[in-house]
Amino acid sequence: MGEPATKDRLSLEDLEATTNLRSGRKHILSILVENKAGVLTRVAGLFARRGFNIDTLTVGPTEDEQFSRITLTFDGAMHPVDQVTKQLHKLINVLKIRDLEPNDTVARELALFKVAVEGPQRAEVMQICEIFRGKVVDVTRRSVILEITGTTDKVEAFERMVRPFGLIEMMRTGEIAISRGRGET
Amino acid sequence: MRAVDAIMECLKAEGVDVVFGLPGGANLPTYDAFVDGGIRHVLVRHEAGGGHAAEGYAKATGKVGVAFATSGPGATNVVTPIVDAMMDSVPTVFITGQVRTDLIGTDGFQETDTLGITMPVVKHSFQIRSPQEIPRAIHEAFYLARSGRPGPVVVDIPQDLSRADIDYEPIGDVHLPGYQPTTDGNAKQIRQAAKAMASARRPVVYAGGGVVNANAAKELTDFVTSDRFPVTCTLMGLGAFPAPHPQWLGMLGMHGTRAANYAMDEADLICCIGARFDDRITGKLSEFAPHAKFIHIDVDPAEISKNVPAHIPIVGDAKSVLAKLVKEYRALDSVDSSRMDEWWARIEAWRKDHPLRYDDSTDGEIKPQYMVQALYEATGGDAIVCSDVGQHQMWAAQYYHFDQPRRWINSGGLGTMGFGLPAAMGAQVGCPDQTVVCISGDGSIQMNLQELATCAQNEIPVKIFIMNNGYLGMVRQWQELFWDNRYSHVDMGTFPDFVKVAEAYGATGLRLTEKSTLVDDMKAALQTPGPVMVDVRVTREENTYPMISPGMPARDMVG
Ligand SMILES: Cc1ncc(C[n+]2csc(CCOP(=O)(O)OP(=O)(O)O)c2C)c(N)n1
Ligand SMILES: [Mg+2]
Repeated sequence: MGEPATKDRLSLEDLEATTNLRSGRKHILSILVENKAGVLTRVAGLFARRGFNIDTLTVGPTEDEQFSRITLTFDGAMHPVDQVTKQLHKLINVLKIRDLEPNDTVARELALFKVAVEGPQRAEVMQICEIFRGKVVDVTRRSVILEITGTTDKVEAFERMVRPFGLIEMMRTGEIAISRGRGET
Repeated sequence: MRAVDAIMECLKAEGVDVVFGLPGGANLPTYDAFVDGGIRHVLVRHEAGGGHAAEGYAKATGKVGVAFATSGPGATNVVTPIVDAMMDSVPTVFITGQVRTDLIGTDGFQETDTLGITMPVVKHSFQIRSPQEIPRAIHEAFYLARSGRPGPVVVDIPQDLSRADIDYEPIGDVHLPGYQPTTDGNAKQIRQAAKAMASARRPVVYAGGGVVNANAAKELTDFVTSDRFPVTCTLMGLGAFPAPHPQWLGMLGMHGTRAANYAMDEADLICCIGARFDDRITGKLSEFAPHAKFIHIDVDPAEISKNVPAHIPIVGDAKSVLAKLVKEYRALDSVDSSRMDEWWARIEAWRKDHPLRYDDSTDGEIKPQYMVQALYEATGGDAIVCSDVGQHQMWAAQYYHFDQPRRWINSGGLGTMGFGLPAAMGAQVGCPDQTVVCISGDGSIQMNLQELATCAQNEIPVKIFIMNNGYLGMVRQWQELFWDNRYSHVDMGTFPDFVKVAEAYGATGLRLTEKSTLVDDMKAALQTPGPVMVDVRVTREENTYPMISPGMPARDMVG
């Protein structure tokens, strides 16, 4: 027995498995796809049938009309990230996938809140909105509509602040994200 | 040129020599082009038969199989073959008719969202939106179907668009920016794999259908025999390595040999090529091959580390990677084969103590295992064997010793009853000079029996051997073993009379009940011209063994 003697041997003990572990954090995938009918269905359907949960998903045009951009967030604690991206890559209409590094990424979503407020409470809510650099976009005697842009964390913090006043409705777009610096996402 | 005539030109340019299909309203224009399109069309009796025939053709020849169906029910009838082709990576193109574009979305007559229904189960699909797109879509469909990890591609063509005239120019290239399969394999990883193999004391080579698909049987044999590596194949891989060879352990998995499954269980290094660690292979995943490191070679990166994390992942075509691996292995310094002495002693002991076995009858009854052995003898081991799904499939896999690839054609991933006869028909059309037999069950054969008419009309001389146990035998076995003998809806009695059915279809029908003359009777059936359906009466309640019970580890095989 004994250890391998030549450079042409290796110790099997030392081989390490490629990790397929769950990362434990939220992932933002930026997926460049061909701008063709049915592409969104293919992406969404893939997540559904592989049992991957989508947290948010946005689709929109890009600077080049041949392509669309899907920004999708999911929980890396629940799903092995590389299985998700490898399966996505198998879709013929998917051209490029970036698993965005949180530190190198600017992420934003837009949210609209309809809050039931009357009298003195209105001023209080509008003040909170100002602190969050939001906008008041509609006011009636018994309600206001507020617009907030920011990261998911910021939107959620704002929600926690206004919910006690009487949140009638909330609508969120889900995040879009772009990589920092000169290079393309 | 009429768009439909362009379709014929495209098919010819792709080397298509036969299409299996059945017409209807939405593909009437296309069928008009068959009249003088110069392409053979085999009229099937059910679109599912056409789809499986395309699969059988593809598996036997390695070329792309093609099936046509009309919209609505025609398209839904090919869904099972499409899924089957997806699960087993069979290169196939399905061209479906669709209602006129002005009717799409109105629940028009025979309108079905074919693309929507098939989307989760295709490699890719095309909905034609303008007639000018048709030729390119067809060429892209063929390219996708056959390259990388092969699979089914659907092209859905609305009736009015297929009626249009287009400017047709032959297309020489395809443009698929989002599709670039890696075929070469990383050189460093391949060298690492060679070194790992040279360092292993208890290695096993585990090969699957990907080796057959890549036409890499020769390279696999070169690799395995570049040292004394023990080798096993999955149900889909049978024939990729010659079964009579001394390094062959037999099939692995649920009904594989003990030698193969125990070797996986005790291996220190497993080299997986073109297989995917399916649950029928691993048994209880958390206790699968507990001592092993894994080399995983596959053209589909998503298979690597999907179920079992790989230590040396290699993305590439099995043929090209294996050829390089052999070179690397042979170039290694002083490889000492005696490191495997103990391993082989252990394997030999398993082989000796646990060969495939059954209790043969003493009263002239035909045991199902003996039926397969008899067919092996009657065909001289030299037939393309298609099978259906059930006990007969497992016994065929165990007792017909395949020594070449593309000789064993079955539905592995999906386990589709009704696959066998149409697949045999397709295989025979693709390989007219070979003996094509179908080993079926009395249950499975009834699921696409109508194709016997297609065989009779077109003189497709498949020889069908029904292993008739009067039961949905595999389900009966599970009810016996795991449901306390409570048989629920598995007894099919002696219906129908298969001899009369065969005759009614214009084929020859035979019934065999005699063990002593079985081999000779089978030879006579094989020599009978035209399609023949043979009803072989076998022991009714025989179990397929050995077996890894579902959810159990391989080392706890029973039977
Ligand atoms: C379309 C379809 N329906 C049901 C099953 C479940 N199933 C698996 S094996 C089997 C029994 C097949 O009976 P038979 O063809 O007579 O084969 P045997 O097991 O008796 O050899 C059944 C019903 C299946 N695999 N496919
Ligand atoms: Mg049966």
